[in-house]
This record gives sequence, structure tokens and C-alpha cells, in this order.
Amino acid sequence: MDGIGQGPRVAFTLPIFGGIEITETIVIGWLIIAAVFLICRYLTSSLEKVPTKKRQIIAEMFVGFVNNMVETTMGKKWKHYAPYIATILVYAVLGALVSLLGLRSMTADFNVTLTWALMTFVLITYYKIRSGGVLGYCKGFTSPFAVMLPLNLLSEIATPLSMAFRMFGNISGGAVITSLLYSALAALSKLCHVAFEFGGIGVNLMQLFIPAVLSIYFDLFSGCIQAYIFATLTMVYVSGADDSPDETEAPAAS
Amino acid sequence: MLTEKAFVLGCSAIGAGLAMIAGIGPGIGEGYAVGKTIESIARQPEAKGDCTRTMFIGVAMAESTGIYAFVVALILMFANPFIGKL
Repeated sequence: MDGIGQGPRVAFTLPIFGGIEITETIVIGWLIIAAVFLICRYLTSSLEKVPTKKRQIIAEMFVGFVNNMVETTMGKKWKHYAPYIATILVYAVLGALVSLLGLRSMTADFNVTLTWALMTFVLITYYKIRSGGVLGYCKGFTSPFAVMLPLNLLSEIATPLSMAFRMFGNISGGAVITSLLYSALAALSKLCHVAFEFGGIGVNLMQLFIPAVLSIYFDLFSGCIQAYIFATLTMVYVSGADDSPDETEAPAAS
Repeated sequence: MLTEKAFVLGCSAIGAGLAMIAGIGPGIGEGYAVGKTIESIARQPEAKGDCTRTMFIGVAMAESTGIYAFVVALILMFANPFIGKL
């Protein structure tokens, strides 16, 4: 049972500042960044005003999807937030789907999800202070009654923590269950005498089909849904921090 | 009779089991949500896409507290912090 539920392994150590350890998570993050960069270069090469190539249609579909999502959830005055939400969405989806390649998911590391949730927390605080002033921000904690102060403080802290834990728990829980399943199937193969050893590599025939079927739920479905929910919650909280109506919109005709 | 480490490990195992009692909540809540979704689809079959998508979002949100309990149980079983303090 050793090796199940342990954190990401250290890949190498930078010798500056007394040794910064670079873990698997960071290396896989670099791979994802490189992959996204190459995909974006490919999708946006030779654009035309009327799309004739499949890759431009795919790019326009994705941009239209994110723009639509941001406008529906946040309202028209937050249209400029679409690039940030698209980054979070793509990073979270690819971070979870990397486990289909046999690597450890980037979002199965609590540091990653906590960082994104803390960014959302900083954004919420910034917009609250910008729209209400520091005094309005502090008074917001005592609304509607003064006795609600500890409860409001708690809910303010619980917001980013719950976002981080939700994504981390789903993805890393799926990884733990999958590795437990692999161990169980290896023991079952030994029992049924279908476990072989080629040099240093063990092959267990019972491991062939069942984990792939379960990974449709744990990797594909769970990864995509949790990424979508993280992006949606970010949008809802940030737009809720600055509720003032849009001044540049034309007033409704009376 | 019992070493300290054995006692702490045993209590951690019991704690992990007790933590997963929180799995009842999401089960009941999500079942209720799915039931309401089926009712609304039966009332208006054209809204099936919208109902299903919203249901999935609601189910993933309701799953959160079950996941928190799962994380606590995992930490107690695999990354036990109490052993280091012995």
C-alpha cells in the first residue's frame, strides 16, 4: 500500500536559495504550457475573414463558447474577463486530462488549486474595495446585523478554501481510487495465474479493461465538470463583488 | 500493552471511518435533485438539455461536503499528521 495517496515526487532540485525542489506538478505544468502554446499557434495560423479551414472554425467555436459563458454569467460589463476565464478553464481541463496519458494530474496537487482559489479571493477583495471603499468593505461584514461579523468572516475565508478543496478532492480522490483498483487487479491476476514478468516490467492481464472504463468517469467526466464549475464559481463570485449596474449601457426606454 | 504508535494508528482508522459517515448527505441531496430534474423534464420535454446541464452543475456543488469528508479520511489513512508528532 506504499505509494498510494502520497504527494507528487520531486523531479529535480534547483541549487539556488538553498535548494528549491521542482516537483512533478511543476514539470507537467510546463508540458501543458508548451502544449497549449503550440496548439494556439496552430489554430490561429493563416486566419481569414470568412473561415474555410477546420482549425479556424474550432478556434472560433471555443472563443464564442467562452464569450457566451462570460456574458451570460457575469453580464455585459464584464466582457473583458473572458481571457482570464478561458485560461483557468483550459489550464484546469488539461491539468486533469493529463492523467489519461499516465502522468499525475496537475490539479491533484493542492498547491495548484489553492493558488487559483487565492487569485479569485484577491480579485474579490479588490473589486469589493474598489466599488465600496475600504470602509464599505469593512462595513459589509456587519451586514445585515452586527452579530453576523464572525459568520461573514468565516464565509469569506471558506469561499476560496471550498473551491480549492472541491477540485483537489475530486481529482486526487479519483487518482487514489484508480491506484487502489490497479493494486487489487494485480493481486487478482496473481491469483488467477495471469501475471507475467518481462525483464523489470510486470504485466497483469486482469488490468487490461476495467480501469479504462472507470477512467471515463474519474478522469474525463470529473475533470471537465470540476474545471467548468471552478470557472463558473470564479465568474459568479467576482461579478458578485461589484454589483453596480453598467453605466455605459443605454437606459431602458420608458 | 499497546504502543503509542499502534494506539494513534488505530484511532486514526476509526476516525477515517467516522468521517465517511458524511457520505449520506450528498447521496440524499443529489438523489432529490435528480428526482426534481426528472419531474421537470416530464413536464416539459423540450427543456431536457437545459435541465440536465443545470442538474450536473448542482450535483457537483452538492458533492462538495462529501469530498471534504473524503479528503479528511484520505489524510488520516495515508498522510497521517499525528504520527509525526509522537
